[in-house]
Amino acid sequence: MATVELRFSALPEHVRTARLVAAAVARRAGVDEAVLDEVRLAVGEACTRAVGLHMSNGVDSPVRVALIEDEKKFSIEVGDESPGTVGALVPGARDEIPEAPSEDEEAEADSEMGLAVISGLVDDVEITADEKGGIIRMSWPATSVATLP
Amino acid sequence: MDLSLSTRTVGDRTIVEVGGEIDVYTAPKLREQLVELVNDGSYHLVVDMEGVDFLDSTGLGVLVGGLKRVRAHEGSLRLVCNQERILKIFRITGLTKVFPIHGSVDEAVAATD
Repeated sequence: MATVELRFSALPEHVRTARLVAAAVARRAGVDEAVLDEVRLAVGEACTRAVGLHMSNGVDSPVRVALIEDEKKFSIEVGDESPGTVGALVPGARDEIPEAPSEDEEAEADSEMGLAVISGLVDDVEITADEKGGIIRMSWPATSVATLP
Repeated sequence: MDLSLSTRTVGDRTIVEVGGEIDVYTAPKLREQLVELVNDGSYHLVVDMEGVDFLDSTGLGVLVGGLKRVRAHEGSLRLVCNQERILKIFRITGLTKVFPIHGSVDEAVAATD
């Protein structure tokens, strides 16, 4: 089971909460202080993307975030329940960018930039999707916290 | 923390001082501000990001949108940023080649090319 699991309504105002919780759990898991900014940004990008997919596809279910503390690594899984997003998973999958993008297309471009940020930030990242939705899995090295409370 | 925005004019430049977090929730406010400035005829913008604690791709998207808008009027959009964690996001996305990034507002105001 995940160390901490979070479910939130797919609304932009909750993404910050997810970032704060993820950073707090990562800190406890022993992720290096210097990397916490990256964790915060990456989980924010993944949640932003999931929120965008739920909103644009009219999905009512919440976005899921699992924060998993292992001995040597800290993993985050962000899951959406938006079907058929495989095409949108590959940055630059679309050949042409329209001159005057509509709001939907702008949102899609944002989502691609979000994935570009995640791939640029996180060494260990895996993105999967099927008809039920997509999952972004990311992990960082963590030193087991030896200090007792 | 929410987003704070304030504007002032120096010569022909409009300085937009941004503070707090720019993310999917707050970025629309920054977009509105930039659109309003361009609609009001301010085409040379300097976005001061020294007070920004967090920036994500949604924020980058808004800044790129702002740049497109001012360029349509032969204007400019310059950024002021010294924070490594914010600069890193511009580097990862290759946007350091798109935006002129300055170390201070004075430098951005004095820049001409």
